[in-house]
This record gives sequence, structure tokens and C-alpha cells, in this order.
Amino acid sequence: MPLAREESSPLFAGTAAGTLRLIFYLAMAMVLMVLDHRNGWLWRMRYATSIVIEPVYRLASLPSEGLRAASVAFADRRMLTDQNQQLREDLLLANAKLNRMQAVAQQNQRLKELLDTQRSLNLRVQMARVIGIDFGAYSHRMMINAGARDGVKTGQPVIDSHGVMGQVIDVLPNSSTVMLVTDPDHAIPVVDARTGLRTVAYGSRAGDQLTLPNIPIAQDVQVGDKLLTSGLGGRFPEGFPVGEIRSVAPSATGMFLEAHAIPSADLDRTDEVLILHDLAEPAGPPPPSPSAGPPSDEAPAPASSAPKVPLPSSFKPASPASTGVPQT
Amino acid sequence: MSRARLSLWWFIGTLVFALLLMLVPLPHVLDPFKPYWPALVLLYWALESGDARINLGLAFVLGVCADMLNGVLLGEQALRLCVLAFIALRFRSRLRFFPMWQQTLAVLALLVNDRFLLLIVRAFAGEATPPALWWASPFVSAALWPFLFLLLDDLRMRLRLQ
Repeated sequence: MPLAREESSPLFAGTAAGTLRLIFYLAMAMVLMVLDHRNGWLWRMRYATSIVIEPVYRLASLPSEGLRAASVAFADRRMLTDQNQQLREDLLLANAKLNRMQAVAQQNQRLKELLDTQRSLNLRVQMARVIGIDFGAYSHRMMINAGARDGVKTGQPVIDSHGVMGQVIDVLPNSSTVMLVTDPDHAIPVVDARTGLRTVAYGSRAGDQLTLPNIPIAQDVQVGDKLLTSGLGGRFPEGFPVGEIRSVAPSATGMFLEAHAIPSADLDRTDEVLILHDLAEPAGPPPPSPSAGPPSDEAPAPASSAPKVPLPSSFKPASPASTGVPQT
Repeated sequence: MSRARLSLWWFIGTLVFALLLMLVPLPHVLDPFKPYWPALVLLYWALESGDARINLGLAFVLGVCADMLNGVLLGEQALRLCVLAFIALRFRSRLRFFPMWQQTLAVLALLVNDRFLLLIVRAFAGEATPPALWWASPFVSAALWPFLFLLLDDLRMRLRLQ
């Protein structure tokens, strides 16, 4: 059967119909690309077909999970004991620090309430696991297993135990995509922890690092400076570690200093991440209505009852005001 | 009859498996060396059964599926796979009777061309130019081509599928 077909199409087959069809499909692909680039069709389609897509993701992440399980199963006993020991020491140290912090945190809370600022040291977070999916080399994105059904929304910051990892850019019912801070399209407002210099850290075009391309030339920036989120821009809350400066040099134009930093978060090693529910203070002056504070949970009790947010946040902003006003 | 159905399922299965392989993560170091599996499998079928099975419409649908899974830009892989299938189908009669090393070189050329297309699309979408190591993938794919071809061919012979 194939042979008969080949006789109709000689060695240098070049039928006009074939070329026309190619042109048709290429045009269709281009229309799709333009529409998607303009309107974000892809994510709407993905959301609609998520019932097929999400199982595929789970299936594709099976090998990496199996590998992880196997590495635990076949790890030798000494290594596990060492790791256990290390973790115990870390826990002890962290607990000691935490105990010392608690008094400071309470004091901080009181002072903040006096100042009537809507910020707290309590974190309202949600744990999520990373789904091992390859989005192509140098894509700087990852998939996590919490989605719209778990209350994840676009724009929520994602952190790990060492620092800021990125933010949620797209949400499917049971999973969502996170853009990492190293993505060239990503920018995060930071502050130098040592000098208080505010600037913006961009993802870098080459490799897994951050670029700070526009630091004024007279500014004091040194290798080893820690970068924290500055809370400006209203996306990332203040005070989370972002990275550490590795090199500072005048930029190509000579108008600015350009610094490179490595992210503090373990971007390629982490398998469990935290999605922050506390959003940063909104940019600009606060809205006049008293009930329009940021949705963060200011209750002094530890935020273990996460789902019950709407209730406290609705009457919360009134109470610091009522306590704050008589005292000033 | 069931033989025909089985071979159809085998055909679909290889394509789906290629899409899955595209998503499976590698260790971080090996990331840029990952072969472009859907293109390789599509090429195999284009050379093996020609336009009896592979046509531009199928390449387009496969590409759109890959785009949905990959979530980069809808239509990007559809475009690339269409071009790939078109060239492969047009030169199929010659490519099929090339000795293996020549065929591998042809596959390499096809995949490098594919990378150029990707680069153009990305440039239009306003993305950054990738580092030099990004070009390693077609070479890895081409190096894997003889093995993939022989493996798929052997499996097909053993299962006596069309």
C-alpha cells in the first residue's frame, strides 16, 4: 500500500496542495500564538481541560518521586543517622531561637498595635509539594500541588525555609504554576539589609541568579550584603530574605552599578514550599473605609485555624483603632 | 482487524509516551541536554509510515497538545512540529533509504532547524536569548536517533504491527 502511494509522489515530490496545507497550518499556529500572547488563551484552555492535564502531570512526576523514594529506601543507615542528628541539632537551635524571639515578637506586636500598622510576625501559610515537571530548559517555573480548590490565587508569594522562591502566576483547580525569582521576566523590590538601599532585583538572563542593574553609582553595596523584600509594590510582604550579593561592578553604560546576587531559596532542591496568605500592605495611602485593611490575620493567637479568616479580618481593623485612639 | 486496531493503539501510545517523556524532569545538570522526544517519535512515524499516518493536521494537533501540557505559548510547538513533519514527509522517499549515519545527520539538520524556529518564535514573544548550552539538545537528540529508530523498529517487528 505505501509503495503505491510513493509512485504517485516522486522522489522530489513537490505538490502545491502540500505546500498550501503547510501554509494554512503555519498561519493557524501563528494566529494561535498571537491570540495567546495577547489574551492568555492558553491558561483558559488549560483550566478548562485541567481534568486531563493534571493527571498527566502527576504521571510525569512519578519517576522523580520514585527516585526520591528509592534514594530514601536505599540510603545507608549511617547517612540517615547523620541526617537525623543534624536535623535534631537544627531543631534544637531553632527552638532556642524561637523561645527568645517570642518575647520580642509579643513586644513587637504591642508596639505595632500602638503605631496602628497592619503587620505582624505571624505567618499564615499553606504548605504545598513541588510536582516534578519539566517545563523545558531555562524556564524558571515550577508546578506545585495546591490550586484554586485550596484557595491559591494568582500573585501569592511562595517561600521556602531560606527565602523567597517566587510567586504564583497561574492556577489550575488542583495545581498551580510558580514563576521563580530567577526568571528574566520577574522583578522583586528589595532592600539591602546592611545599608537600607532600596532597589529592584530582576531575574537574570543567564543562569540561576538575580541581577540588580540600576544601583546609583555612589551607593555603598558590597559583596555579601543580604537582600530582603522591601514590601514596596504590594506583592511581596516585607522582610523575607531574597538573596546575597556575589559581585558588584559598574554597568556597561557606566551610569549605574550592577550587582549580581544568588537567591537564598533553594530553587532546585526544595520539594516542599510555603504559599503565603499574608499579602503586603497595598501601595499608596490606605483606603478610608475602616474595614478595608489587608486580609492578614492579626489575631494574637497562632494562626492554626486558617480557614476562619474572613471573620477576624472583618472586625479586626476596628479593634486596634479603638485601642490606639484613646492612648494617643 | 484487531491487529490493525492494536497497531493504531501502538502508534497513539508512542506519541503519548513521547509527550510524557517531554514532561519528566531530569537532574538539574542534564536539563539543557534533554532531547525533544515528540519530534523524534513524530519523525520516526513520518519516515516509517509516511502520509498514511502522519499528516500536517496530526502534527498540528500533537503540537497543540504539547503546548497545553507545557504551558509556554499556545501554537509554538504546533508550528515547529508542522514544519518538521512537512520536511520529513517531503523528503521521506530519500530519507528512508539513507544509511543510518546519513539519516542521523539529516535528523540533526531537522532538529537544528527546529531550534532556529523556536529561537525566532521566542524572539518575537520577547524572551531572552538562551545561553550556548541550549543548542546542545538537537545533538543529543540526533545521537539518540539511531537507537530510538532501531528500538521502535524492532518492537514493531516483534509485535508484528503495521
